[in-house]
Amino acid sequence: MQQSEKTAPRARVKESRREKWREKKEARRISAIPKQQRISHVSASDKVAPYLLSLPAFLIVFIFVFLAALNTIRLAFTDSTMLVPGHFIGIQNFLDIKNDPYFKYAIVNSSLYVVCVVPFMVILPLILANLVRGNTKIMDFFRTSFYMPVVMSAVVVGMIWTNLLDSHGLVNSFFLAVHWVQKPIPFLTDRWLLLFSCMFVTIWLGLGYYMVIYLTALANIDESLYEAAQLDGCNAAQEFIHVTMPGCRPTMILVMMLSTIAAFRVFNEVYVMTNGLGGPGGEDMTMSMLIQQEGTGLQAHTGYASALSIIVLLIVGVLLIIENVLQRRLDR
Amino acid sequence: MKQHKVTVGKFFQYLILVLVFILLVGPLIWEISLSFKGPRDNVYAVPPYIIPKSPTWNNYVKVFHQVPIFRYMLNTLIVAALSIFGNVAFSTMAGYALARLKWHGRKLVYLMIMVTMIIPVEGVIISQFLIMRALNLQNTLLAVALPGMVGAINILLMTNAMAAIPNELEEAAEVDGASVWQRFIHICVPECKGTMTVVGIFAFVGSWNDFLWPLIVLSDENKYTLTLGMNRLKGIFIQDPRLIAAGAMVALIPIIVFFLCFQRYFFRGLEQGALKG
Repeated sequence: MQQSEKTAPRARVKESRREKWREKKEARRISAIPKQQRISHVSASDKVAPYLLSLPAFLIVFIFVFLAALNTIRLAFTDSTMLVPGHFIGIQNFLDIKNDPYFKYAIVNSSLYVVCVVPFMVILPLILANLVRGNTKIMDFFRTSFYMPVVMSAVVVGMIWTNLLDSHGLVNSFFLAVHWVQKPIPFLTDRWLLLFSCMFVTIWLGLGYYMVIYLTALANIDESLYEAAQLDGCNAAQEFIHVTMPGCRPTMILVMMLSTIAAFRVFNEVYVMTNGLGGPGGEDMTMSMLIQQEGTGLQAHTGYASALSIIVLLIVGVLLIIENVLQRRLDR
Repeated sequence: MKQHKVTVGKFFQYLILVLVFILLVGPLIWEISLSFKGPRDNVYAVPPYIIPKSPTWNNYVKVFHQVPIFRYMLNTLIVAALSIFGNVAFSTMAGYALARLKWHGRKLVYLMIMVTMIIPVEGVIISQFLIMRALNLQNTLLAVALPGMVGAINILLMTNAMAAIPNELEEAAEVDGASVWQRFIHICVPECKGTMTVVGIFAFVGSWNDFLWPLIVLSDENKYTLTLGMNRLKGIFIQDPRLIAAGAMVALIPIIVFFLCFQRYFFRGLEQGALKG
């Protein structure tokens, strides 16, 4: 409603601007255009316009995504390296993947990432969105501060948390000071703790993003449902389960899809927090890190890295399909 | 009784909000404090304290001395400018053609863009690098910007914005004999300014924070963007958390200020993207 009030005067200004423009153009056009063309409706320049307009976007998407994807598929069946184009070797790369110990770490870690991070990403931001609703100044302040991590670079955030989770860092100092632990927790050196620390940072970075997505969904829930629930004597938790969650279900599925794909592809924060090496013995490698390691540098095995890329593409595709089916089933 | 219940609820609501605030914004405040702590401050003190005992600018001076931060920032800004220009201009143009014009191949192009939207960047990044090498662009800032100069999601956003313009506006101009180009520039672009701003802002933040692609395509340290520079700084200053904190602040403060200035566009952008994604 607010919006229509705001746009009304703006539209009027635009209308008068357009009127003036129209008169000017009309006069100029009639004097400029030869008679035959005044009759025909579509000029030659109008015919090529759509192609010229979409050409830059088309070229970039076509070359850097479409062709690149096709090239990845081709490379995956060759033994090419960064320096040698290579030959067709059939599915040898995919057979090699099976015996690659780093692949095992990477696929386990990336899958664990999805399993552990996604539930938090679906539920926590929804609760948070519920708590920061309302048009007061203080809620505005909370909303803005909660969104702030989203605009921060994951590299810098990874640096900050490496600092905080260090054996001498703030978190350990705090735990020691309140006597929760006797000696520092090895957040950054233990294989599993390091992985969980990275997951924590991923959640930290994403909470505000999904919170804002949920806020739009919450705005669309009928207020009378809440009134009815209150009349029935629901408490806040019951209201959340019986009114908010069903009302946000499509958005929850959207968030689930977005966060699943993001979690499986995680790179920046893990790269920074494991010093680019994937932690102790590469055991904290993720799929994206493995692709980056295998596919870059002079010694890079571009063929093998492409085969890994295909695996990521397939898994992301399958995840999307599963969640699409899930969505259909829930919608029925 | 009822009144009592409401205040208890409010109490817990604010308690949780304050705790989340400490968790999400606290680390930033701690880093700011750390970046001003001098050599006489024990940064590993148990219990930790937040007000520096010997506040100093020295950490910042050292960071600027040892790492060419301004060069990194300039590089990042060049990439960001290209990315903003590309995303705003090209997706607006494509959005107009896809939403409001009839032409052969329109559906095919639209379909291709939709399909590419679900391809994760990891799936194509090695090929993208090989293409850049074939074009002899590796290790240039243009190569950093080029693949991101049109995001499929931005084309979709602009197509939706263009489709939402009422037909009468354009029809009136068409009757008056305005060409496609005139209708595009004088009628449809002004109607889509809001979405264009959103696209530009997200392009800026995206290129400011991008890491994986510059990491792959750049090897010359003079071409490093800010995120690559920060990663390098982490390696150099690993011994002194004060310097890392100062470096982190230098990288974060511009983007946070930018966010605070354009806040409403961030939220509006998510609204549009979320409803349509």
